[in-house]
Formats: sequence, structure tokens, C-alpha cells
Amino acid sequence: MEEKFGTVKVKRGLAEMLKGGVIMDVTNVEQAQIAEKAGAVAVMALERIPADIRKEGGVARMADPKLVKDIMNAVSIPVMAKVRIGHFAEAQILEAIGIDFIDESEVLTPADEVHHINKWNFKVPFVCGARNLGEALRRISEGAAMIRTKGEPGTGNIVEAVRHMRIVMDEIRKVQNMSEEELYVEAKELRVPIDLLKEVKELGRLPVVNFAAGGIATPADASLMMQLGADGIFVGSGIFKSSNPKKRAEAIVAATTYFDDPKILAKISEDLGEEMPGIDIRDLTDKDKMQLRSE
Amino acid sequence: MKIGVLALQGAVSEHMDMLKRVGVESYPVRKAEEIEKVDGLVMPGGESTTMGRLIQAFQLEGVIKKRFEEGMPIYGTCAGMILLSNRIEGFDQFKFGFIDLKIIRNAFGRQVDSKEIDLNVKGFDTPFHAIFIRAPVGKDPGKNVEVLAEVPEGIVFAREKNVLVSAFHPELGNDLRVHSYFVDMVKKFLK
Repeated sequence: MEEKFGTVKVKRGLAEMLKGGVIMDVTNVEQAQIAEKAGAVAVMALERIPADIRKEGGVARMADPKLVKDIMNAVSIPVMAKVRIGHFAEAQILEAIGIDFIDESEVLTPADEVHHINKWNFKVPFVCGARNLGEALRRISEGAAMIRTKGEPGTGNIVEAVRHMRIVMDEIRKVQNMSEEELYVEAKELRVPIDLLKEVKELGRLPVVNFAAGGIATPADASLMMQLGADGIFVGSGIFKSSNPKKRAEAIVAATTYFDDPKILAKISEDLGEEMPGIDIRDLTDKDKMQLRSE
Repeated sequence: MKIGVLALQGAVSEHMDMLKRVGVESYPVRKAEEIEKVDGLVMPGGESTTMGRLIQAFQLEGVIKKRFEEGMPIYGTCAGMILLSNRIEGFDQFKFGFIDLKIIRNAFGRQVDSKEIDLNVKGFDTPFHAIFIRAPVGKDPGKNVEVLAEVPEGIVFAREKNVLVSAFHPELGNDLRVHSYFVDMVKKFLK
């Protein structure tokens, strides 16, 4: 019986199993267990959530493997962890401890300002952030098995995630209407392989699952992103920076499933306590924006 | 014939695409009144703990149990297989108990151990290309359970009356035989 591990099908397949679900940032075992009980489809293990990384500054790196392992042992759902952009050694370490998914993330301080990780070299699937179709397809051509919007992490402000999701969807619709000649020009302009662009035209969507991330803080935020075409939701700081994480986590999970039912959304949005404090995007300079850390 | 795919979370559209290729209409179902109207139900792959929580929070257990007792065929893949079982080793989580099978979750290991294999299936002339993703297996089947495929780790395809379960994901491949098998179960139920 021939067995094949780490294939495209197996990697993209795990992302497909996460659809319609919520992936939650957690910084310790207790939070991971709260997330699992609340119905998270996966947890993202990290040392500091984006809001704190933003506040404290300095270089943000991969989490301590001990912390990641403790969280892996504490929950039955998949565990993800972040590595710095281009830092393939951090990714090798996470693969060695058996992580289920790696986020090559702009939330951490980039390790390489030119190259992303060659993700084809790994058996573990990768998710990467994107602000537009070009970025999404470049990450997929490097081997990403899942895409998420970048949004603006740690702000509790949905505006950038909305912008990025709308841009990707709009560009996909344009590609669908292009002739073959136009596709070649578009591939050159987007700096992406023509075959991937042809696949997008044929499918009418990205060839991998596309989640929303960056600034989601309420059930209504989750619903908005799902209605804009997201396959699922990442919540970073929004849950454990709020006053009642358990209740808010359960509500965002339910909102991601019943995203198009305003009556249910109204009910689950009630009495959730205080949201995380938000940041107006206009108060951020380009230097503060994590989304500008790669393209 | 109308088949519902339980759309609480997971790989819903993939099952709908396969059913369309078999020539059957399918619908995503998330509410009791929608589950009432279908002739068969697919519980897709995803996270069993997530789906279990939503089934309880939105009170879908009763209607699914009622339809099961009426003989409506149900097919669970991966997470769906876990939810349909009556025993889950090491985990105290929601389950329907419609098939007498003990489940070992993540039986192959973590995601790096997820794999594709060619699987011999009872009743299929040629092997089925099976995709396993953080998959469970079944053990200690009850006497009414028909084992349709097994690997060294345990049972990966089985049936008990109107309940069909697979640990692998035919909806991610190109082989329509598992979905055709389930559609035949629904056809017999409608007769």
C-alpha cells in the first residue's frame, strides 16, 4: 500500500476542513481550552497577541516551542503557530514538533525583506496573508495551502480586512471576464504565474481556502466578512482582549455559521460585555502598519 | 431526491459538488425545518467538537434523531463519522450514537501524518484513492456493523443500517463511487 504524505491535496484539504469555522489566537493552555470548548476549529499558539505586540514593540518572533507543545497536548483541534516572513528555520522547528499549520505572518517582525519561505519544501501546510490577488497568488505559487486577508492586526478595526477582501473578490471578478490575451498581460502586471491566473478564471475563486483576518472583534464583524465571501474567520486579539472571552468566542463561532441570519445574529450579539479597545487606522503611520511588511 | 449537507462548519461545498456530479440535487442545511425536508443527510468533515457544540446550541439533535429513526440515510465523513458513533476513546464530547463503533480520534497522528493511499473497499472492483486528514478510525464494531474497509490502524469505512461512515474524504478526490453508494441508500429509502 503506497502512502503519500504532505501532498497538495492533503495540505489544502486540511484548510478545507476549517471552512465555516473560527481560528482563535491563544497565548496559554487555559485560553486554548476555552477556545476549543467555545467551538474554535483551530487555535493559533503565540506568545503575545497582536494588540500587545503592537503596544510593546521590539522584535516579535516564533513562540517558545515548549508553549506550542503544551497547547498541542491540551487540545484535540489543530494547532497553528506563526513564523516570521522568510524565516524557514523557525518553520523547520515547528514542523519538527509536529505543528498542524504554519502562519508565515506579517504580525511578527519579518526576517527576510525579499524572500518568503519556499513552502513546497514542507509537509506542513502554510497560511499567508494577502491584501490583493497578486499577493495571494504569489503566496500560493510559493506553496501556501491557505490564504487570509492581512487586515490590520491588533487594532480591533475591521476596515482593512474589508478593504482586502473586497479587493481580492473584485480582482477575481475582473479576471473571470478577461480574454486569454488579457490574462497574459494581467499575469505580468500582478507578477504571478499565468497558470494560477487561468485557474482563478476557471474556478471563479482562489484555488485555496480564503479566510478573513485582522481586526475582527464582534459577531457582526464575522458575519460581514463571511457575507463578503470569506471561507472562515481568524480572531486574534478580539477574544482574549474582551471582558468575557468565553461568551464572545461562542458568539463569534455561531455568527460564522449563521452569518446570513440577522435574527440569530441579533440574539447572539446581546450582552457580550466590553469589546477590545479599538484603534482608528488613520492614527497609524505606515511604519505602524503590519500589512505593509511584505508583498 | 434532495440530499442535505449539514452546513454548520467544514467541507460542505465539496460534498455538494460530488453529489452534483452523481446527478443529485443537494442543499446546505443548518436549521431543523431544513433537515425535516431532505431525503438523506451528509455530515461533512471539519471539527467534530465545533459541530457538536453548534448542534447542541441550536437544538438540532432532536430533529436529526427523529429523521434517523424514520430510516433517513446519513453519511458522515471524518468529523461526521465521529459524531455518528456511540463511543469516543478519551474524549467526553457530543455524539449521536447511531453506529455501534468505538472511535479513536486523530488515529494516524497529527497533520504531518495525513496521507493519500489506495484502499481496498468491499464491493468495489478496484482500489479507492482515499485521502486521510487528521483522520479517526473505528474499533470494536457492534455485531450489526458491516466493515467496508480497514487499514492497520483500524476501520475506515463502515455501515450500520441507514448510517454510512468514512474516515477518509471522497469529496476531495475524483472517484464518485462512495457518493454513488450513499445515493443508492437514499434511493432505497425513498422506495
